[in-house]
Amino acid sequence: MEVNIEARRILAVSISKLYASRTQRGGLRLHRSLLLSLVMRSARDIYHSSRESEVPSGAQSAPEEPMDTSSNPGEQTRLPEAQTEPQPVLNSTETAPEEPDNTEDGCDSEIIEDKENLSPAKQSRKRRGKASAAPDFLPSKRARLEPGEERYEVPLGSCRAGESLTTLHTPPFRSKGLRRRMVQPSASLACCH
Amino acid sequence: MGEDAESPKINHTFLRDYVTEADVISTVEFNQTGDLLATGDKGGRVVIFQRETEVSLQSVFSSLSALGSRKVNQRRWARQGTLGSTMSTAHKTIKLWKVSERDKRPEGYNLKDEEGRLKDISTITSLQVPVLKPTDLMVEVRPRRVFANGHTYHVNSISVNSDGETYLSADDLRINMWHLGITDRSFNIVDIKPANMEDLTEVITAAEFHPHHCHLFVYSSSKGTLRLCDMRASALCDKHTKLFEEPEDPGNRSFFSEIISSVSDVKFSHSGRYLLTRDYLTAKVWDINMDKGPVETFQVHEYLRSKLCSLYENDCIFDKFECVWNSSDSVIMTGAYNSFFRMFDRETGRGVTLEAWRESSKPRAVLRTRRVYTGGKRRRGDVGVDSLDFTKKILHMAWHPSENIIAIAATNNLYIFQDRVNPETQAQ
Repeated sequence: MEVNIEARRILAVSISKLYASRTQRGGLRLHRSLLLSLVMRSARDIYHSSRESEVPSGAQSAPEEPMDTSSNPGEQTRLPEAQTEPQPVLNSTETAPEEPDNTEDGCDSEIIEDKENLSPAKQSRKRRGKASAAPDFLPSKRARLEPGEERYEVPLGSCRAGESLTTLHTPPFRSKGLRRRMVQPSASLACCH
Repeated sequence: MGEDAESPKINHTFLRDYVTEADVISTVEFNQTGDLLATGDKGGRVVIFQRETEVSLQSVFSSLSALGSRKVNQRRWARQGTLGSTMSTAHKTIKLWKVSERDKRPEGYNLKDEEGRLKDISTITSLQVPVLKPTDLMVEVRPRRVFANGHTYHVNSISVNSDGETYLSADDLRINMWHLGITDRSFNIVDIKPANMEDLTEVITAAEFHPHHCHLFVYSSSKGTLRLCDMRASALCDKHTKLFEEPEDPGNRSFFSEIISSVSDVKFSHSGRYLLTRDYLTAKVWDINMDKGPVETFQVHEYLRSKLCSLYENDCIFDKFECVWNSSDSVIMTGAYNSFFRMFDRETGRGVTLEAWRESSKPRAVLRTRRVYTGGKRRRGDVGVDSLDFTKKILHMAWHPSENIIAIAATNNLYIFQDRVNPETQAQ
């Protein structure tokens, strides 16, 4: 679908802009980052809703909690109070536009560390996803998805789902059928292979 | 900016042939009387132009690079001082500069020679009293005060109050009020920073005091709203007195709706009755008595609406255009791409496109109107949308407070145009 392709393209462009803005002189610009995240949110929502209308819902199992974090514009643009270089968070750089899993991850990812509003849950939240587009210089810490693989087993100990999802606001656009990366500990047995 | 003090013509040739980032003009403003024109550039330099005669402008080179390589975002004139004081802001610091004229200079120093070098004390055998000798009129700008540490985010606006004593400075999330004479204290009057930055949905994009009422100010947001605040209501003006918002047209919704609705500039009319705002594609006039929507909307470059995706990719969609009123509030002006700028007559609603480009602007040449071809019969001289040069953007401009003289900043060039037919603005 046209809209689908355009949404993916916009997502990819947005992510590269966000990534580039971290290294620019003068520090991050709050306004610009906010606008970028708004565009990413629209693109992601449109992308997912258009995919839903394409794919029958059988393949997508029970309505899992979407990544609420991503729909919050502020989430993706957590800016340090001090204008220091934020720690790179790996998943922000994963963008293989051809892979649907990836774009979802890419826009969901927490890109910038906000030193002021840091909470333990967010600090260590891991994102899974394909790493094909990740630059070499970033250390690779998480498991890589093989092509075609949709879900993976998450060790219960590393799940922060409970903490992180409950603290977030309900997004205005709520896409159904998002594959959840983090698994609720109580529901993990039902969802994992 | 180069210096060419000898030329009596409206001088474009003081410009260098190459453009460096530091030379890009980032702000332009006339002072209250219109005798002085100030510009700031990305290199942190402030240059003041002084009006000498009817037709020429003497350029005065003042190197004020104390700001280092910080771009001068905004400058505003205050009333104090011989000629006035000018304020500049770069990143998070605000400086007040005193502008004064000098037509005499002391000569006959005891310890310094003519070139200013220190003399060897052993060579001095007598004392003399320095005398003041007349010299060429010079405008001097000296830093007088530094208002630092008031802001966590980049300052996007400063506005001197009509009381002549206070001013406001706005960054992305806060607006502070200062006294021009006090540098170590400021009052926070607006704070939209959420407790949790994840909840951030909008930022402040511009702010300005009312031209007559010292208790009123307005600020615009990235969501396209305007808030009028009355400082008499409370110390912290988080709760607006009036919210100006236009409902979104659902037919025009796109990925970029939020970006293009972000207000890049807001200006009170000279009368204080109207507000002028600029967002990416339009300029709007609002009546402060009516908050449901603008009273006039002017399409600046509607032909770009179908190109938003490309403009997003090349970052042009983030460009922040300024807008200005003429002295009688009958005409508004704003910039566009390809060195074009637009003027709209509020009475007729008609707009005209003009170009600020060296080749077509010989001194005393009449500016001819330009057109962007958007369909229909193509006229000679029309420019196609795809031929527009998006690197030539007119972001900053100023209109003389009482006459029909405009200053347009185009990258590193400053153009000054004067209406010879109607030099004085007709009173309405």
